[in-house]
Amino acid sequence: MNEAVLATVVAVLAASLRLATPYLYASLGEMFAQRSGVLNLGVDGIMLVGAFAAFYGTLTTGSVWIGVAGAIVAGLAMGLLMSVVSVTLKAEQGISGIGLSLFGLGLSSLLFKVLVGTVKTVDGFRPIRLPVLGDIPYLGETFFTQSLPVYVAFLLVPISWYVLERTTWGLKVRAVGQNPAAADTLGVNVTLTRYLCVCLGAVFAGLAGASLSIASVNLFQENLTAGAGYIAVALVYFGGWRPVGILMGALLFGTVTAIQLRMQVLGIEIPSDFAVMLPYVLTIVALTFSANRARQPAALNQPFERGGA
Amino acid sequence: MASGTRLPSGARNGRRDVLGIVVRAALPLVAVAAALFIGALMLAVLNADPVRAYQALFEGAFGSTSGITQTLVKATPLLLVGLGICIAFRASVINIGAEGQIILGAVFATWFALTFRTWPGWLLIPSTISIGFVAGAFWGFVPGILKARMGVNEILTTVMMNAIALQFMNYMIRGPLIDPAGVTAGQYLAQSEKLPESVWLARLVPQTLLHTGLFVALALAVVTYVFLWRTTIGYRIRAVGLNPDASHYAGIRVPRYQALSLTLAGGLAGVAGAIEVIGVQHRLLDGVTSGYGFSGIVTALFGGLHPLGTIPASVIFGGLLVGADKMQREVQVPSSLIQAILGLIVLFVVASQYWARRRSNRTHDVSATPASALGAEEAEA
Repeated sequence: MNEAVLATVVAVLAASLRLATPYLYASLGEMFAQRSGVLNLGVDGIMLVGAFAAFYGTLTTGSVWIGVAGAIVAGLAMGLLMSVVSVTLKAEQGISGIGLSLFGLGLSSLLFKVLVGTVKTVDGFRPIRLPVLGDIPYLGETFFTQSLPVYVAFLLVPISWYVLERTTWGLKVRAVGQNPAAADTLGVNVTLTRYLCVCLGAVFAGLAGASLSIASVNLFQENLTAGAGYIAVALVYFGGWRPVGILMGALLFGTVTAIQLRMQVLGIEIPSDFAVMLPYVLTIVALTFSANRARQPAALNQPFERGGA
Repeated sequence: MASGTRLPSGARNGRRDVLGIVVRAALPLVAVAAALFIGALMLAVLNADPVRAYQALFEGAFGSTSGITQTLVKATPLLLVGLGICIAFRASVINIGAEGQIILGAVFATWFALTFRTWPGWLLIPSTISIGFVAGAFWGFVPGILKARMGVNEILTTVMMNAIALQFMNYMIRGPLIDPAGVTAGQYLAQSEKLPESVWLARLVPQTLLHTGLFVALALAVVTYVFLWRTTIGYRIRAVGLNPDASHYAGIRVPRYQALSLTLAGGLAGVAGAIEVIGVQHRLLDGVTSGYGFSGIVTALFGGLHPLGTIPASVIFGGLLVGADKMQREVQVPSSLIQAILGLIVLFVVASQYWARRRSNRTHDVSATPASALGAEEAEA
């Protein structure tokens, strides 16, 4: 293999990990919400508010950690709003999620225009070359020279799996998502569990936004996510509501996007508009042919009413 | 219905809960008031004067002839999209794809009007609108059939298809449909050639953009109402939305009617796209949807998912959008505020339906399954 091709492959792989990161955060978070039975379709709006909070915190204080804290607080606030509407008030989840997304889009644009005004860049997270591992030829440059949020995102995959499958709380989450009435009978607090899952998911979505605005593009603009939150929701279906499946989906999506960004360099000649379509077409195909639907939490999208149908 | 499902028409037999009806009618207004109030708080926090902002908003929308006509121009696509949303949501199908369906309608209407530019207006205008319907309907049919045949979640597919449609339009207005005059002049503007004048919709008020598309939308509102409440197919669509299980046992093919409702919803959004092109811009431009695909959802929800209720709702939200521009120009409050308020209205409207449902459960004991959560208990118009 000649050097130029190898260099391109390395660049594509490195980019695919970086591009997969926001999806990983958002999808893993959404997985918790959905496993508890709540379809939170507001992920995109939460990501935008989180991205703005992280950007603004970093811009004004110069500290990325203040930015991260801002994203967490913003995500939590949006998660509470979604929980109240969807869990306590039992609203139709698909529609309330759209409302939350519109709200997040409007709010983040409003705050950006009033508080910042023009496009500015921030000094975000820098790539860290891991000792030893980073020196492996080629692999070091792809897998072990990334920014901290990328490493954390990938670490969250096994952690999420452990929490969901090996802890008592995870068992409760799964019970609430499968059969809330039975869980309720056994003394599991359905409402509390769903609140926690939606809020945890929203915090992850906020971090997903931060991973864009202060660890990847290092700026904020109107509708920065461009619908990435919806793709994150789709990846949860694609991944069969399991962390490993979501990891696969996010990597696939990241790789396709990375290739699409470098199509010209790679000598693939199709109009760029069609190249941009590719990930979305891929998502629809994947949703259609993935055999995962049987894994869908039985109570997904169903508000719980004690003694109700 | 044999299986014992109570449809809105069945609920009429019981005692009319007058208070319940008043509460249900007032809830959307309360939701808007609450959303505007929170908007005012946000403005105050951001050091803007909410009173001045809302004054500019209201005057911009309804304070002048140009404001009112502009409001009606925006109400037209909102109404058309909203009608489609009524049909889809009534069948418990969540269509988020109106943006893409508008785009498909607009692109193919443009292509058709340019290709058959020699046709006389009386023939070209209805054909162009029909092409818009077919193109939008196709964009609704794809997620519809995927849901019906493969059980694919329509929320996700319609969202993805919005993105695909957007790229398709980008390609068309920079490629096959690009204005040749612009190309020879050396400017590669992303827009189509100007459409032949024969296909332009007549202006209702001189010097304004208000066009006869408004009447098309109003007529389709009546048609949609008759379809949903006075035909067998419409009855089945509503039955499927109210209680899919009972409908299934009653012999209704649930997936088929869900796919049909999504196709029709797409068609109406496609008409909105076609009418935007031949009524307002007279050519295909970037941003033809102006976000109507999303604000149309707000409009339909506010109108109680009722075709006739969606008419006043479209005027109100058309006004909000027009006023938002004025507010941005005159008081420098970004129009994004209105977007945030629209989102809050959606949240409040769907949240408040819980109380409306609980009220009606007490009085009518209509089974409120999650599927029937949406305006299931709608009173007859």
